[in-house]
Amino acid sequence: MKAIDLLEETYWALTANKVRTFLTMLGIVIGIGSVIAMIAIGQGTQASIQASIQSAGSNLLYIVPGAQHGIGMQVSSGRGSARTLTQDDAAAIASQVPSVAAVAPQLALREQITAPGTNTNTQVIGTTPDYAGVRSVFLQEGSFLNANQLASRERVAVLGPTAESDLFATGTDPVGKAIKINQVDFRVIGVTVAKGGSGFNNPDDVVYVPLTTAQQYLAGDRYISQISVEAADAASMDAVQAGITNLLLQKHRISNPALADFSVYNQADIVATASTVTSTFTALLASIAGISLLVGGIGIMNMMLTTVTERTREIGLRKAVGAQRKDVIAQFLMEAVAITFSGGALGIVLGWLLTLALTLAAGITTQISLFSILLAFGVSAAIGILFGYYPARRASRLNPIEALRYE
Amino acid sequence: MIELKSITKIYSNGDISTYALKGISFRIKDGEYVAIMGPSGSGKSTLMHILGCLDTPTSGQYFLDGKDVSSFSEEELADIRKEKIGFVFQAFNLLPRATVIRNVALPLTYAGVPKEKRFTIAEKAVVSAGLDEDHLHYYSNQLSGGQMQRVAIARALVNNPSILLADEPTGNLDTKTGEIVLDTFKRLNNEGRTIVLITHEPDVAMHAKRIIHIKDGGIISDESN
Repeated sequence: MKAIDLLEETYWALTANKVRTFLTMLGIVIGIGSVIAMIAIGQGTQASIQASIQSAGSNLLYIVPGAQHGIGMQVSSGRGSARTLTQDDAAAIASQVPSVAAVAPQLALREQITAPGTNTNTQVIGTTPDYAGVRSVFLQEGSFLNANQLASRERVAVLGPTAESDLFATGTDPVGKAIKINQVDFRVIGVTVAKGGSGFNNPDDVVYVPLTTAQQYLAGDRYISQISVEAADAASMDAVQAGITNLLLQKHRISNPALADFSVYNQADIVATASTVTSTFTALLASIAGISLLVGGIGIMNMMLTTVTERTREIGLRKAVGAQRKDVIAQFLMEAVAITFSGGALGIVLGWLLTLALTLAAGITTQISLFSILLAFGVSAAIGILFGYYPARRASRLNPIEALRYE
Repeated sequence: MIELKSITKIYSNGDISTYALKGISFRIKDGEYVAIMGPSGSGKSTLMHILGCLDTPTSGQYFLDGKDVSSFSEEELADIRKEKIGFVFQAFNLLPRATVIRNVALPLTYAGVPKEKRFTIAEKAVVSAGLDEDHLHYYSNQLSGGQMQRVAIARALVNNPSILLADEPTGNLDTKTGEIVLDTFKRLNNEGRTIVLITHEPDVAMHAKRIIHIKDGGIISDESN
């Protein structure tokens, strides 16, 4: 039988019982639709997490101090609590480690901040002018810290947009206004552009001051809490990480790397970890949706088996007039595949509408990839072949004599 | 031309073997009109299946147009049915929800004939089966029994077969429409068709030019009518 005749036969067979065909197709439509929507949610989440990690800057390495131990070395205050990093370390990294583009030491503190009539408690970061470049900080108003302010320990502050809105009424220009950080007077010189994010680690709820100022007026000592290092390119990240580790071990006079009083984290590692988490999440969502696809497939097989039984005499007649086994297999397989394929196409539309609705109504970031559409088509065709093959084979093996007599 | 040489058919069911046909031999020349007659259980259905290449004999030879088809495989038998045999069944066996023209053209789709040509051939077959051309686009379930059987005859004629095998073609029809169907066979035979009619009714068998009587799997008489 020619392909065009086969398609025509399939069309006639499927339109002969439209309601049944539609209901069977619905199983596949829902299955494919939910797989598409779930993958879109998973991939959207992955993309937004990666974007927020990347917004901290690119090719970044973080150095944090090790754990501080109490008397007798029994009680640990946790990583980052020790006071072992200094601005000296930062300067040494900048001058001695190859492939380092920029270094920004930071001293993070939590302080009470007041402006006339309002107050807030937020993170104060003492840092150097390089920070803006390393951590991708951009200004919407005024300017960032400069070298003179750092050298002369000026009491100037750059506000994150959340801190700004907490301290000043909307519409007022905060640049030039006075605020107090821990009772010390500061002058606002700029406001940064929002990075996005929320909750406990909001990169916008922050106040930047010169590192030297923070050390003198707020912390009262010479230590820093973190060093951000930007590598020249992604390829040199590992080399830079090793270079920093060796340099600091030497500077801190530690011979056993296991006893290092600092840790170096790589942004790529953080992205990779987050990707693993979101991929697992995507796989979980997709496999739940996959179950509905399986149920849809069983529906197809059920319908095809019913069809084969109903059309036993027709199969007998077709064989009597010269249909080969392969003709009969092709006919019934084609019917199953036609159902799943059109179900798959409708499912893609449904999945797209679902993700659109989720994005509009719930604000969930979604992302439909070409991959998930191709996957949906492949899977729906495979389901048609898988669940259609057994009924088709059964039809093709019917004995024409018995099939013609079937009541 | 058909030639059967001591055809036997044994159905085995566990240890019990049933002889459906016990060494049947006869010859049907092109253009003959033969009725095979016998009571139920005589083996005439088994004989019909072997003649129609739906089944193969346990032993013996069956020459169809000079070819021994008795040991053909399933695929080869399907090809023979496609090219050389036209079936007319008691229950018509038309595709429901399909038009007359689609029903008649069905065997040609398996022969790989292009659609345009298929429909021209099918139209001719419909006319020669004695059905009105107006009925071409009727659905088969809108027709009367007599019309349905003539659609089935048209379908049997469409591949220009060597034999037309009719299995109780009037069994589901009343006497009057049965007569019309039998008249159709007579006319087709006059036009040169080879027709083999299987029946248990003497009145129906009387229409043929030669009658072969079968009983208990063997021929008891073979005479011209």
